[in-house]
Amino acid sequence: MEYLPADEITQTQVKILCCVCGVLIDTNPSNMCAACLKSNFDITKDIPKSSNLYFCRGCERYQHSQGNWIYCELESRELLTLCLKKLKNLSKVHLTDASFVWTEPHSKRLKVKLTVQQEVDGGTILQQVFIVEYVVNNQFCDACHRREAKDFWRASVQVRQKVGHKKTFFYLEQLILKHKAHTNAVSVKATTEGVDFFFDKKDDARKFVDFLQNVVPCRYIPSQQLISHDTHNNTYTYKHSFSVEIVPICKDDLVCLPPALAASLGNIGPLCLCLRVTNNIYLLDPFTLRHAELSNQNYWRYPFKALASTKQLTEYTVISIDIINRNQIPGHQKAHLSSKHMLADAYVQRSCNLGSNEDEIHTRTHLGHLLSPLDRVLGYDMGNANWNDTYFEKFEDANRDNIPDVILVKKFFGDRAIRKRLRRWKLKRIEVIDETASSEGGDIAEFMDDLEEDPMLRENVNVYIDKKKIASEMAVDVDDLEHEGIPQITLQEMLEDLDIDDE
Amino acid sequence: MAFRVQFESNDEVGVFAKLTNSYCLVAIGGSQNFYSIFEAELSDSIPVIHASIGGCRIVGRLTVGNRHGLLVPNTTTDQELQHLRNSLPDSVKIERVEERLSALGNVIACNDYVALVHPDLDKDTQEILIDTLNVEVFKQTIADQVLVGSYCALSNQGGLVHPKANIEHMNELSTLLQLPLVAGTVNRGSDVIGGGMVVNDWSAFCGFDTTATELSLIENIFKLNESAGPSVIQQNMRQTLIEKLA
Repeated sequence: MEYLPADEITQTQVKILCCVCGVLIDTNPSNMCAACLKSNFDITKDIPKSSNLYFCRGCERYQHSQGNWIYCELESRELLTLCLKKLKNLSKVHLTDASFVWTEPHSKRLKVKLTVQQEVDGGTILQQVFIVEYVVNNQFCDACHRREAKDFWRASVQVRQKVGHKKTFFYLEQLILKHKAHTNAVSVKATTEGVDFFFDKKDDARKFVDFLQNVVPCRYIPSQQLISHDTHNNTYTYKHSFSVEIVPICKDDLVCLPPALAASLGNIGPLCLCLRVTNNIYLLDPFTLRHAELSNQNYWRYPFKALASTKQLTEYTVISIDIINRNQIPGHQKAHLSSKHMLADAYVQRSCNLGSNEDEIHTRTHLGHLLSPLDRVLGYDMGNANWNDTYFEKFEDANRDNIPDVILVKKFFGDRAIRKRLRRWKLKRIEVIDETASSEGGDIAEFMDDLEEDPMLRENVNVYIDKKKIASEMAVDVDDLEHEGIPQITLQEMLEDLDIDDE
Repeated sequence: MAFRVQFESNDEVGVFAKLTNSYCLVAIGGSQNFYSIFEAELSDSIPVIHASIGGCRIVGRLTVGNRHGLLVPNTTTDQELQHLRNSLPDSVKIERVEERLSALGNVIACNDYVALVHPDLDKDTQEILIDTLNVEVFKQTIADQVLVGSYCALSNQGGLVHPKANIEHMNELSTLLQLPLVAGTVNRGSDVIGGGMVVNDWSAFCGFDTTATELSLIENIFKLNESAGPSVIQQNMRQTLIEKLA
């Protein structure tokens, strides 16, 4: 007896009769021939053999899902994905191949050839090839629909500030640029007393309002207008608008606080200067150096208007100045005094009347640390002014003698033209559609002056190097020495701008 | 003749019936349909007996038998054994076996002369098998399946085996059994032949699902259409006699 290795024993699989038609076949799990399997089992019976696609003629995109449109080439992979996604029950079978069958592009028909496999009846894997026909229907997408209806925006944010200048808006513009808050805005339009921002979605507008609330003291009123509605499926289309009102108080404004508010702020003022406006309002009593922070909510509880703003500033010349020791300020032990300012007795004269024998005007000022005799300073002329403010009138009646003739606000650093010439930096701007045809040259120059004078304000703003200016200055060689003392922004604080120039 | 039957809408006929040349066991079902078909075909030649084994209806899978005898597993109760003794013809020996593989119908396939058994079957059982059923015993597998009783059906005329069997092995089996064998299916492609049908020398019963092709294969291999009348058998015998003499 000899040992036979296993592989030498030939194993011939027996052929059996197909159990349905009797054809000789190799055995398989269902013991049926391919033709009988095909006629007995249809693995594609759950898969629809025709379907619809929606195509927008305006933008040449296909509808991917509800409200979602994608661009696909004919016979592209993306279109095939889209087609397969439309087929129900395709996940029940194993898809092995899919390809387009050529159809005339204008026929609005797409044909996809699919090869699928599925296990049937005890482990036989059946493979089937079939063609699915898609009818391409036309449907305008939402975006095109709205473009056709000249209806570009869904939500608007109307930012308003009821003051005579636009400095707050320049500041806001810089903040928006720095935080890129305007990227979703469809358009920006300037109007009298404010700016309108238009958005595609309500959420974007909402986000923008939240941003505004974080950076400036403001309040808003939301509203909506019904554009169209369908009672059958309960859909309503609205245009939303947010009316944002910014507090009408700006830097360097003189305010007279309502008595209740002044009391709640520790009996400050009530005549105060506004030092700065961020998301709070910072107030300083120039006669006692007391300062206070007024929050947005508190302002709207006791709203007040500015008594005088920067347009009313008059130029004075300092004749003499006496610094008052901090200890001699009444109430200095109890109250919080500003450490950045120094109280001083100042004797000033109007710059235009300088040399005439007009009397020197005495006042107290918080600018003791800045001023020296013969400096020029800007202030509000209280003696000759006639204010219409209920709070001030009450205050005036009570303290007729205590109101100074002038309230000094800030040092005057020289002519605007000179300062502009010395400026080696620039700001970025947002493209705004301006229909008001008002000139903003003065306001923006004033805003830039403010930036130079106040480092705290500068922190929130991106300042860029003005290379052209620097290049031209090199040629002219300006003598900086004669303008010493004018505040300037150091090169360290400036940013390099991306400059795409052909040169 | 081959017949299509169903046991309570189940096509696995071989599970619920045991058919030999001298008797037929049928499970006790809810309705009489299954029994009636067997009775109509067989009652004029052999007894058709209602039976249960250990309270189970799967009599076909639990017992093994031929013309000479019947083996029942140790789960069979005395009462059931008594009933079988009373009902079976006197020439049929009945034996209860202590076998670990108690589904005797699954592990043993036999006709009146030979038996294929599961390779792990007990020696004692084999002895009893030889004594009771008067058969030669071969330990074999069919298409690498050890449950030879489930995957083949044998009569004295021929045998139907699992479709995955290879030709070499089928030839070997055919030589051992001295029977023509064919690979095939019952019940529309089912490869559990023993479970799907019962057969004796002149009739076969298979499930309702069995196709015409399968039925014709069964009739051919078990020679059911030829042996319809006794004259055919006589003719065959005469021919073989003449061949021997020549």
